[in-house]
Amino acid sequence: MVEFRIDRRSGVATYVQIVQQTKQALRLGLLEPGDKLPTAREVVEATAINPNTVLKAYRELEREGLVEARRGLGTFVRRSLGSTPADSPLRGELAQWAARAREAGLEKDDVAALFTSVLDEQFEGDHA
Amino acid sequence: MSDTAIEAAALGKRYGRRGWALRACSFRLPAGRVCAVVGPNGAGKSTLLAHAAGLLRPTEGSLTVLSTSPAEARDRIAYVAQEKPLYPQLTVADTLRLGAELNPARWDGRVADRVVQEGGLDLGARVRTLSGGQRTRVALALALGKRPELMLLDEPMADLDPLARHQLMGTLMAEAVEHGTTVVMSSHIIGELADACDHLLLVSGGRVRLGGPIDDLVAAHTLVTGLAPASDLAPHTVVESRATGRGTTALIRHEGPVGDGWDAEEPSLEELLLAHLRSPDAPPLLAPDTTARQTPEVAA
Repeated sequence: MVEFRIDRRSGVATYVQIVQQTKQALRLGLLEPGDKLPTAREVVEATAINPNTVLKAYRELEREGLVEARRGLGTFVRRSLGSTPADSPLRGELAQWAARAREAGLEKDDVAALFTSVLDEQFEGDHA
Repeated sequence: MSDTAIEAAALGKRYGRRGWALRACSFRLPAGRVCAVVGPNGAGKSTLLAHAAGLLRPTEGSLTVLSTSPAEARDRIAYVAQEKPLYPQLTVADTLRLGAELNPARWDGRVADRVVQEGGLDLGARVRTLSGGQRTRVALALALGKRPELMLLDEPMADLDPLARHQLMGTLMAEAVEHGTTVVMSSHIIGELADACDHLLLVSGGRVRLGGPIDDLVAAHTLVTGLAPASDLAPHTVVESRATGRGTTALIRHEGPVGDGWDAEEPSLEELLLAHLRSPDAPPLLAPDTTARQTPEVAA
């Protein structure tokens, strides 16, 4: 059974934290197809959050095709998430880009801000 | 089960020479919500909850719970007052037994026992020897054991330690999801309730200033920052505006898209509440299905 940790100070919406932690569990292999997610009752009892928040997160995961709700049985994992291997070409390109940014005199925070703003632009309108 | 937990129409309550504690208070709380009643001290939160519990009579206007009068609905309501009144001479075990005897049809001893046990309370201890937090636990055990359709909790978490707060809030949420219980909790600390509640009533000056699903209320507002003066923000409703550097930052209720030149962000719940509390003249906002639908007519 996965457990969700809710960080109230993170500024990330609670349902998004549940979505992200479920995805992380899928990437790490803590959850595999066929595994059952905790029920809304189990999650709210452990985290003291509103039941609708859990249901919203599960709907989002369902919309992305990662889990499915089976009536009266619970919510089950449908597929796993592949991780991005450390030696992928994308990572190499990003490393080169970061090196160029540093040479250009950017501080680490500047680079992070730039990267985040490009990410936001690219994924605008998507859900987490 | 009724689809409306509480409906108030022009509810007003005057306490002798202290004046009006509630005035022109109208709203509808749909059943099945977990509702935070927030507002400053003396705003009328406790008065509102006591009316819903049937302990106070309106001076004017009316209020129904579970589509009937509070007196009629008494068996289906659990109310935990701020001062957690219990019989001081009874032991914890006697108090729970009394709860069972007063609610023969509905009593759920398992949940009541569990709430008491989780706190490590001695069943033989007299209530008067308990700490404030322990008394709160017993009061909540009684309320949960009653298995009500509507739970009215006035500042339920105020004297609980962080672990007890987390445990009891978790138990409340679990009961709510299992039985569809409507839970109404008051607090002046919004952080305490923000994660547990999906619905909000902001009470101040004896009126409901904001009412509705929290997500909808937040989404109806935008925090904007720009170089233009606040007067350029028409046709949006400006709840609060302040000068920031050479420009303006304002919380608005947007009517259509926010114009160019304004940096727009969704406010946090806390920003939304503080802006409304600082601006008592901002028009009230009730989400569509949360306005009083009719003047409830109930024989007293």
